[in-house]
Amino acid sequence: MQMSLRSFPYSKKSLLIIVAFLALTGCDLGETNVESAIESQVLHLGNGTEPQDLDPHIVTGVTENNIITALFEGLISEHPESLAPMPGLAESWEVSEDGLRYQFTIREEAKWSNGDPVTAADFVWSWKRILTPALGAEYAYQLYPVAGAAAFNKGEISDFDQVGVRALGEKLLQVTLENPTPYFLSLLAHYSTFAVHPPTIEAFGGVTERGTAWTRPGNLVGNGAFLLKSWRLNYLIEVEKNPDYWDAENVQLSAIRFYPIDNAQTEERMFRTGALHVAATTPSSKIAVYQESDPQKISISPYLGTYFYRFNVTRKPLDNPKVRRALSMSIDREAIVNAVTKGGQLPAYAFTPPETQGYFPPGGDDGFAIRYDISKAKELMAEAGYPEGEGFPTLELLYNTSEGHRRIAEAIQQMWKQALGIDIQLANTDWKVYLSRTNDLDYDISRAGWIGDYPDPNTFLDMMLTDGGNNRTGWSSPDYDRLIAKAATQSNQKERYQSFTEAERILNREAPLMPIYTYTRVTLRDPSVKNWHPNILDHHPYKYIFLEKEGADQ
Amino acid sequence: MIRIALNRILQGIPVLFVVITVTFFLIRQAPGGPFDAERALPPEVIKNLEATYRLDAPVYQQYFDYLGNLLKGDFGPSFRYPGRSVTELIATGLPITLELAVYALAVALVLGLLAGLLAATRPRTLQDYLPMALAMTGICLPTFLLGPLLVLVFGIWFEWLPVSGWGYAPGDKILPSLTLGLAYAAVIARLSRGGLLEVLSQNYIRTARAKGLSTPTILFRHALPGGMAPVIAYLGPAIAGLLTGSFVVETIFQIPGLGRFYVQAAFNRDYTMIMGTTILLSALIVVLNIVADLVSIKLNPQLRQKHRHE
Repeated sequence: MQMSLRSFPYSKKSLLIIVAFLALTGCDLGETNVESAIESQVLHLGNGTEPQDLDPHIVTGVTENNIITALFEGLISEHPESLAPMPGLAESWEVSEDGLRYQFTIREEAKWSNGDPVTAADFVWSWKRILTPALGAEYAYQLYPVAGAAAFNKGEISDFDQVGVRALGEKLLQVTLENPTPYFLSLLAHYSTFAVHPPTIEAFGGVTERGTAWTRPGNLVGNGAFLLKSWRLNYLIEVEKNPDYWDAENVQLSAIRFYPIDNAQTEERMFRTGALHVAATTPSSKIAVYQESDPQKISISPYLGTYFYRFNVTRKPLDNPKVRRALSMSIDREAIVNAVTKGGQLPAYAFTPPETQGYFPPGGDDGFAIRYDISKAKELMAEAGYPEGEGFPTLELLYNTSEGHRRIAEAIQQMWKQALGIDIQLANTDWKVYLSRTNDLDYDISRAGWIGDYPDPNTFLDMMLTDGGNNRTGWSSPDYDRLIAKAATQSNQKERYQSFTEAERILNREAPLMPIYTYTRVTLRDPSVKNWHPNILDHHPYKYIFLEKEGADQ
Repeated sequence: MIRIALNRILQGIPVLFVVITVTFFLIRQAPGGPFDAERALPPEVIKNLEATYRLDAPVYQQYFDYLGNLLKGDFGPSFRYPGRSVTELIATGLPITLELAVYALAVALVLGLLAGLLAATRPRTLQDYLPMALAMTGICLPTFLLGPLLVLVFGIWFEWLPVSGWGYAPGDKILPSLTLGLAYAAVIARLSRGGLLEVLSQNYIRTARAKGLSTPTILFRHALPGGMAPVIAYLGPAIAGLLTGSFVVETIFQIPGLGRFYVQAAFNRDYTMIMGTTILLSALIVVLNIVADLVSIKLNPQLRQKHRHE
């Protein structure tokens, strides 16, 4: 039986109420963060994932770096455009003739945020802390150029007096190096070499205890241009201007808010609606859209990193350098960056990015340079015993799950099929599985990326040392090892770069890895952010930044 | 009733124990550990890290240690966030996820029941087809599509509502609650329509109409209680789904809830955090199912009878 009731009178009213509610609550959004920031000078930054911690001696990531450099300063600071070493907490320094001994004078006005002076002894104490094996600091190797530091960190010596850092006076710090290290000053702008406040660390649990409460708001004692104001997990970290910072009169921002946003689409929407000044990542699908409609909001700049594939040289047929060279010479890198990645990346024909601190890797007419040359690749394959790909086994290409990696892998799979007539299987796994498989050499070919720690070819080339922790190919060359070790002892930059060039030739000839492109940084940035300069490390010292209405001159 | 409740709770404990044990050993089977990173660590450092977190002990030893700590209410330290205990991370995320779930449930109930009522009062007319077609769409649209769509329309085109956040700007809780609630509203609409139609065809409703009762009285006093049975049975799993399924919405809207911690913990191999959230969520699901059972028994005399004779 069919009931027919009068139309239900409450539904329409309720719907009206809901619509009215939405309209009322929604209508008053007021000024956006970006608009109100012109007045308040509060910078809103998208900042990747939630930072692990804010302890400079514990963390390892870029998101942590972005916050720690607001709260702390090193002996050296970076020039906002060129990243050249500039006085930081050290107002001056002297270097000995042989490049082995540095003497830093810490500025008189340098103070901890609780009022204590920053002393040379603080640095000695802090370097001892990060090098103490029991702390398990992942970035301790940044200090390995210091004499005795590596031995102390590995537990080979236990007397810290044998490590080359000494307080000669309250404000005078002397550092002795193992080898002349031309990039040593750049390392001192890296957070792993920063000083922490000894009494604070000790009050919250001791020198070697990881993850104590000292980094919480209210506890953290820093020495940078900003102070930690609040930290809401997975939501927001806010820092505000430190009035007692030695250069406070030149700091223009009143506060910075760091939002951990792990979804690029969400971040782009927040940027679009004026909630963020800068988005840390840009969805690749949006690059063309911004270039078309808002070119002044998107910037693409070179980044000190290389996207490449590793070959497992312990497996057949990849144990044959001819096969590896053939694979590397038969992919069209121009097509990959222009048609697949589309983020302005540069095709890479060598591992070290070009122009790394004035260094250019061997390329062009160099006899062993990698170039796009299918006929040469075919020749090499025939010489290796696989003419037209005959008898070549199906190899597996491993990458960590990501839309971008998949598209590149598919393109390369296609190129190899066409050029060499070989079949490649794609395999994607989650990040940790991928790491563990590459570490255990449980792969044929694997996708990889490397971002430099400091602007010097060494940060790339020492990766491929025999048994280096990040080598992960099984490749080894005594000549290569010798050249890298030789470069470490050379203080003349030209001779040093010559050693790197020779080493890189070996890398090109042997091809344990296949460079694909040099990374770029694609940043969405509101035009009101001034003095934010794109650079190869994507570092932006906050003390120079200010916010001004669009169109105003820098 | 109390006897049934106790009985159910006792059944829940072994379930939790199995969940704890299986999860504990499964996550250690997954390749990759909490300290694997793009930059390989020196073996000396790894050794120190593993000693700090007692990962150097045999797995069974770790398991019994973990159970022991658990009995003391200690979930251990997070591996991913040095200095944060799992308890602290959960305490930060859980209230937010709960709040989101409550709002989403409100959205689901209000919209779902409304649509169900509309449809059931005029079956096989436009007033039935339209809400039911919408409900079907709602069931089919995944939240990762619906969320960005709502943001696009209300956040970006009309600029009525903030596109992200939780408690930061006025109105920023509306879109996430809608996104999460709508899929459940759709199910509730269909369930309540079915339940109501069945009840409305019963003799006692005809009697009520014959006696001249007004439509709202018939609907709300006589039809609704009976017609709601399928909806109530569905609420237990629905709430569990709201709590465990909030991850996508939390990511889309940048909400610092438990869901994001949970998924990140799995990707990071943050063993203790995975354990903590798994235990908590399974306990919640067990409890919610018990509650849903008890409510159903309370409301349905037939079930009550059956349990009495067990």
